[in-house]
Amino acid sequence: MEKIHMNIDGKDIETTSDRTILEAARENGLRIPSLCNEQRMEPYGACRICLVEVEGARGLLPACYTTVTDGMVVRTATDELMRIRRTILELILSDHPKDCMTCESTGNCELQDLAYEYGVKDHRFRGEEHHYEVLADNPLIERDYDKCILCGRCIRICREVQGVGVYDFVNRGFDSVPGIPYNKPMMESPCEFCGQCVSTCPTGAIISIPSKGKGRTWQVEKVRTTCPYCGCGCQLDLHVRDGEIVEVSSPVMVGPGQGNLCVKGRYGYPFVHHEDRLTRPLIRKGGELVPAGWEEALETVSKHLRKAMDGKGPDSIAFLSSARCTNEENYLLQKLARAVVGTNNVDHCARL
Amino acid sequence: MSTDGKTKLVLGYGTCGIAAGAAAVKEALESELATGKYDAYLDIAGCMGFCFREPIVEVTQADGKSVVYGDLTAKRVPQLLEALAAGEVIEDWVVRRSDDPDAGEGDFLSNQHRIVLRNCGNINPESIEEYIATGGYDAARKVLNSMTPEEAIDEVGMSGIRGRGGAGFPTGTKWGFARKAKGDQKYLVCNADEGDPGAFMDRSVLEGDPHSVIEGMIIAGYAIGATQAYIYCRAEYPLALKRLDIAIAACHEMGFLGKGIFGTDWDFDIRIKKGAGAFVCGEETALIASIEGKRGMPRPRPPFPANEGLWGKPTNINNVETLAAIPWIIAKGGDKYASVGTEKSKGTKVFCLAGKVRRSGLAEVPMGYTLRQVIFDVGGGVREGKEFKAVQMGGPSGGCLPASLLDTLVDYDAITATGAIMGSGGMIVADSSTCMVDLARYFLSFTQEESCGKCVPCRIGTKRMLEILTRICAGEGEAEDMERLEVLAADIKAGSLCALGGTAPNPVLTTLKYFRDEYEDHILRGKCTAGVCPALITLRIREDICTGCGACAKVCPVEAISGEKKEPHSIDADTCIRCKLCLSRCPEEAIYAE
Repeated sequence: MEKIHMNIDGKDIETTSDRTILEAARENGLRIPSLCNEQRMEPYGACRICLVEVEGARGLLPACYTTVTDGMVVRTATDELMRIRRTILELILSDHPKDCMTCESTGNCELQDLAYEYGVKDHRFRGEEHHYEVLADNPLIERDYDKCILCGRCIRICREVQGVGVYDFVNRGFDSVPGIPYNKPMMESPCEFCGQCVSTCPTGAIISIPSKGKGRTWQVEKVRTTCPYCGCGCQLDLHVRDGEIVEVSSPVMVGPGQGNLCVKGRYGYPFVHHEDRLTRPLIRKGGELVPAGWEEALETVSKHLRKAMDGKGPDSIAFLSSARCTNEENYLLQKLARAVVGTNNVDHCARL
Repeated sequence: MSTDGKTKLVLGYGTCGIAAGAAAVKEALESELATGKYDAYLDIAGCMGFCFREPIVEVTQADGKSVVYGDLTAKRVPQLLEALAAGEVIEDWVVRRSDDPDAGEGDFLSNQHRIVLRNCGNINPESIEEYIATGGYDAARKVLNSMTPEEAIDEVGMSGIRGRGGAGFPTGTKWGFARKAKGDQKYLVCNADEGDPGAFMDRSVLEGDPHSVIEGMIIAGYAIGATQAYIYCRAEYPLALKRLDIAIAACHEMGFLGKGIFGTDWDFDIRIKKGAGAFVCGEETALIASIEGKRGMPRPRPPFPANEGLWGKPTNINNVETLAAIPWIIAKGGDKYASVGTEKSKGTKVFCLAGKVRRSGLAEVPMGYTLRQVIFDVGGGVREGKEFKAVQMGGPSGGCLPASLLDTLVDYDAITATGAIMGSGGMIVADSSTCMVDLARYFLSFTQEESCGKCVPCRIGTKRMLEILTRICAGEGEAEDMERLEVLAADIKAGSLCALGGTAPNPVLTTLKYFRDEYEDHILRGKCTAGVCPALITLRIREDICTGCGACAKVCPVEAISGEKKEPHSIDADTCIRCKLCLSRCPEEAIYAE
């Protein structure tokens, strides 16, 4: 990749020719505001918040979409740009509910942050506002398109990252809105309920139903852990309030998952607090499962394994492992099977 | 069938003719001619341009003399044929005659300079033989057999032709970009997604001379190195699509399309993609998305289609009119084309004259004509002798120009300097009965509805502008509204993603610039001087003219009109809904709006 030199707002920076202006700025600690851009997806260029002035270019260019070139001189905060950004924010707010007080995304809303930063209210452009029905046709994902800013992130993450394509825009002009074909309920769509759309929605238009009302972003403690469901090792942030997990997210561009989660990682957490959850070993005694200590449990397993080995040979035993274990754990289990017990009868639920 | 010595009847059979009743005329002509009584035969052609006199038949005698007749009906067919047989001319129906080209409406044609429309109305668009007989496909054969791609690009570059879709980018330069772009596969696209209200030049060319476009495409494909091409044509153009299908099939039979065309080793083929009628799909990146099966929404440029276009491959997109001019440029030479026009705008431009112009139709004029020449010399001025008020150039992306700018040249830069654009060639003429605020509102309502919804300035900004205009027309305007419109328009123009949003405010800005008094009348004085905006007018009956016939009272849907028989009537302003039905019905023109 070719090294290039450019200048953003008077600062000389060195970057590579594969970067967009937005990326080059970010990597050099310069912030260009944006709404429709998200690192997990291809640039889109719709919101026009990241418009910048590039010397010699005809018209303003979206920083998210424009690739850098050597010698490029960029200005990100001219009077015209600041004015256009304010106008855009005002226009968005002119068709947006003013219910931040009760909105699920308050404190975690990119629109709210920009309106705050630019000191924008919606007073200049009165006019028609949309009043869509809130769609909660499934147990996990709720959509309130009154709050949609049409950044297309839900549509794009579903298509580009998940390869599913549940959503696309329907209607034209002012009435454009994301939708599911034939306006079917989500349960009847190809949706896998991974909640990736929830994770990328910059406002409160798409939210997780199980987390509703359970805690503001500043009220929860985020505990970083690794997803227990498979060996991928996606990083999780457990949002914990008063000792209870109220939501699970994944830090963007971190770890093997890069911020992407599947339905299990994002929504498969109620087992943690479930009353039926196994928290200690049980040994069947006289047909009854009786709680036991780890020492006793492992001793029992070992005793029975040895008995089977001695009586009918190692191949009378099979080991079945799980995709929920890490690679290391699965490695150790097959080592136990082959080296200790002496059988190749090893299998795994993910092969089925 | 031998046609020697027979009289040739050519029926204008484009959509305009058919809409005016040409199908019935055709049937009548066919059945009359089938009797064998007349020494004549019938052929069809596309639009001749005289849309205002359709249905039209051009009668060409064996000696070459021709007369164009207009306003035909099935009933008039026997009379026409009898006159022909008797060697007479029915003067009342004459549109144009070859022995006196300026007589009648003849100057409509004689004031034009036809390059793109060279065959429209003259040949049967469904016959490749008729096209070939005019020298058709000679240019393609010449390019493929004796020119390098670079030479073809140079010839087109020398002509100075600029993209006729509206933006006016030099075609030769555009081809050069696509030629130089690296890619294992390149594509050529013909943009036939004509969508401006009042624009129909591309449709007329496709209906009247589809082979000229195909030949232009063959040349363009060879020049840029594209073996596969698409014609993106809106599905609302069924006749154009049908004639394209026929033309493409004929080209396959002749070896002009397919593998090894014109006996060379060059492969080139064309597929038609029907658009579903979204205005924004005329924007090249939205058009590409649509061909790819996606929702037609534009993306930012760069990268330009020349480098990353259809399926991510280098793609060159040209408009119908541009492509139709290419064979002529190759055949006659780029310098010949460049000898027509102004310094920076070469060649000719096809305009669709519509609105209150007397001769609504299709006209091709040399660049450098004044708007006055186009509207008055070619278009015959304003209908019913009314006063010219404005012309909307370039459709909803263009601007409204007043009478004081009638001497502006048809030239990309001259028109852009006025705040309008050349656009694709729509020219809608307004007279004193057109309210300029209402006209701006109409065009903005169009672009607003056709916005793809992707970027904020276009999606919400044009909506807010439209709401302000709607309020002004409803008599609820505020003094600050004019400034509000201007401020918002500036941000929409600078901030929008594509040209749809970038030009949508133009009709508002130009009317604010040239017809500000009308805005002030609406907002400050509560008046719509043109008598259009219902909330701002009162309908009255002139007592001295009214004969008390009662026609107005009969059509009034809200019974707002009363009066004794044969006595002057009056309108109750509180009940009246200003639908103006009475105004259109009054035989004495006694009703007026104020």
